[in-house]
Amino acid sequence: MKSLTAAQTAGMIIAACDAIIENKPYLTEVDSKIGDGDHGIGMSGGMEKAKAALLEKGTFNDINTVFQITGMTMLNSMGGASGVIFGSMFLGGIKKLEPCKELDGEIFTKIMRGSLNSIKERGKAQVGDKTMVDALEPAVIAMENSDKDDLAALLDKAEKAALQGVENTKNCVAKFGRAKSLLERAIGYQDAGATSVSIIFGAMHSYVQNL
Amino acid sequence: MKKILNKDSNVVEEMLDGYLSAYGRYYEAIPGASAFTYKGRRKNKVSLVIGGGSGHEPLFSGYAGKGLADAVACGNIFASPNPQLIQSTAKAVDEGKGVLFIYGNYAGDNLNFDMAEELCDLEGIKTAHVRVWDDCASAPKERIQDRRGIAGDVYVIKIAGAACDAGFDLEEVTRIAEKARDHINTIGLATAPGSIPGLDKPTFELGEDEIEFGMGLHGEPGIERTTMKPANELVDRMYRELKAEMNLKASDEIAVLVNGLGSTTLLELNIVYHDLSRHLAEDRLIVHDAEVKSFCTCQEMGGFSITILRLDDELKKYYDTPCFSPFYAREEIKA
Repeated sequence: MKSLTAAQTAGMIIAACDAIIENKPYLTEVDSKIGDGDHGIGMSGGMEKAKAALLEKGTFNDINTVFQITGMTMLNSMGGASGVIFGSMFLGGIKKLEPCKELDGEIFTKIMRGSLNSIKERGKAQVGDKTMVDALEPAVIAMENSDKDDLAALLDKAEKAALQGVENTKNCVAKFGRAKSLLERAIGYQDAGATSVSIIFGAMHSYVQNL
Repeated sequence: MKKILNKDSNVVEEMLDGYLSAYGRYYEAIPGASAFTYKGRRKNKVSLVIGGGSGHEPLFSGYAGKGLADAVACGNIFASPNPQLIQSTAKAVDEGKGVLFIYGNYAGDNLNFDMAEELCDLEGIKTAHVRVWDDCASAPKERIQDRRGIAGDVYVIKIAGAACDAGFDLEEVTRIAEKARDHINTIGLATAPGSIPGLDKPTFELGEDEIEFGMGLHGEPGIERTTMKPANELVDRMYRELKAEMNLKASDEIAVLVNGLGSTTLLELNIVYHDLSRHLAEDRLIVHDAEVKSFCTCQEMGGFSITILRLDDELKKYYDTPCFSPFYAREEIKA
């Protein structure tokens, strides 16, 4: 599979929404170890609304609209740091992107890089700060370093890198959010935001693989 | 956990609907948003908009009113309102004089209010913000911008509301609100966890006989966990922290807020003030005003916080103007 149509792109994002909704209890559990336990509620709430908005729109002229609707719906329904950060995961990369009919490996990689940059600029987080950037940045780098011709292989690499990133968050103290004041007591626990990133990449990967 | 909730419903929507139905005399909902305005607000002045996560009532929804905020943006439980919601709230009360946002210094609030200010800017609404960071247990003084906002919000909103009503421009109102913020410190004590409505688990674990000094409203770890002690020993420890932090000296003039975190009763809170007032008298501080009740809570969290506002002539002037909301009212204070 070299590229997705706009409809398939929407299908892929909806698959990511479903995966987050399904993992709400797991995300809650991960977050309550070092955060205040609302990450699962926030993410599944936002992605339920994003899924509904995508289904309501139904047909898409370009892939930009898919990302736009997803990001705006999350941004304007979730609130909290996650609303801005995960909204930007879908919005940041399409800001300067010409309308595209299809999502190929090159464009997808470019979108994810743009999103990562936008998240880092807004949230001021770097790798090692125990945030979702710890999963997103390696995923983006993995995409940049792989062959763009096979979308499933590209997302496979991204998913693996994101999962490794989640593992790495266990070794860090948090620089942001409510886990920050835990200092070294946060070590040993994975970051909930990074976990969500790995779930999103995992779901996108399975969707593309099963096409 | 037995909580009075409906099945599969939006708790924030239902709470706001109830609140605005009951207090419709004062407030008006902003259509399509979890936000409302104070009907009696003065015109032709800088507008004061406050907001934050829900679940801490009466903060923030209880502090819109006469001499207080003009509008409130209510987020989901313990989560900041989103940028569009904040912007619609600002737009609903902007008089062309600009909007001052006051909110607690948390990562989510900062991100969302910043984006909301960008949205306001696109529409030609002038904005400024003051982030409240009164919790001196949440980070050392050198990292003051990492400190969280807790009950001190109430004083900053009160003083900013009075400054807005006095008719100053946005820059001046912001200066006064920042000055108030910089003269306020709070320290809290948790005896029991709160919970997120709809989740069965408490937001943190605290042993039956344990307490934690400096613990945050959402269970953020504090400065010391110890066994339960008599009220006077708890107050001693907390007052010592505040006194050192604020370098309080004889004849300093202060206002004091004893705040219950949710399930701690007024009886207990008044015992706290009983012990606290002895310290204040011993140190010959001049207590201009004191208030004891629940201002800023976290559901059924147990414990309390002590907030001290150090007054000077300027702050006192705005502190002393009368104000009214169903949850926060003050008559004119006559010397």
